[in-house]
Amino acid sequence: MKAHLTRRYRFSASHRLHSGEMPDTWNRETYGKCNNPHGHGHNYHLEVTVSGPVDPQTGMVCNLVDLDGFVANEILDRFGHQNLNTLPEFANEVPTTENLCVTIYDILRRGFREAHLEKVRMEETMMNSFEYAGGAELRG
Amino acid sequence: MVYLTRKAEFAASHYYHNPAFTPEQNRAIFGKCNNPYGHGHNYTLEVTVKGQVDPRSGFVVDLKQLKEIMNREVLDAMDHRFLNKEVPEFFNQIPTTENLAIAIWQRLSPKLKAAQLHRVRVYETPDLFVDFYGEA
Repeated sequence: MKAHLTRRYRFSASHRLHSGEMPDTWNRETYGKCNNPHGHGHNYHLEVTVSGPVDPQTGMVCNLVDLDGFVANEILDRFGHQNLNTLPEFANEVPTTENLCVTIYDILRRGFREAHLEKVRMEETMMNSFEYAGGAELRG
Repeated sequence: MVYLTRKAEFAASHYYHNPAFTPEQNRAIFGKCNNPYGHGHNYTLEVTVKGQVDPRSGFVVDLKQLKEIMNREVLDAMDHRFLNKEVPEFFNQIPTTENLAIAIWQRLSPKLKAAQLHRVRVYETPDLFVDFYGEA
């Protein structure tokens, strides 16, 4: 039996939306307040969905200890309480939540081996969220 | 096709233990969830059905009937129960959230007539939920 398991995490970080390749007027028009030079922060919510057969021995898709450990070490420690613009991941990319979502998906896809990664969903605020499934269709 | 979701809440206790494992293996794999007297959660259940909108009633499904089926098949059996000891599916199966979602699907699916079951979502806590779509 195949089941989907979703775990929610939280971290806080700051960012500034600004493209170095574009003129200041374009940045201000495109990003508005998010272009303010010293940045601003969010309490992000991260949802990680994995899927797979339920192991008859354990009743689990994957052990949450493994998922929590991986996310804590590879994602929360890396992005929590950081200025995203200063991180190598965003040296050449604007740290929008779209790009953050794809970056986190790629980290999980490359490193987490205990279950199949289905999708990553990120809430930047209670009013907006972003989902990425590696280009696959999302399942509601 | 229209999808309709109904929520319900129930409280239950459980513990994780596989008699085929040694006590050390059980503690290593299941951690605190292996404590023998169990622990509890406030579960939230979301049942999503799909179907065509009936042109006479405007309904995908009669919500009153869906609520009655959920109450009878799930809440009456599981609310304020110790899942390992009181729900037959878990006499020989570990009551993880994964297995709970599958058991609830298997209880509901044959009882639904007009609409088709699409998804069973079970929240163990606000930060952990399992979706089951009836996939083998």
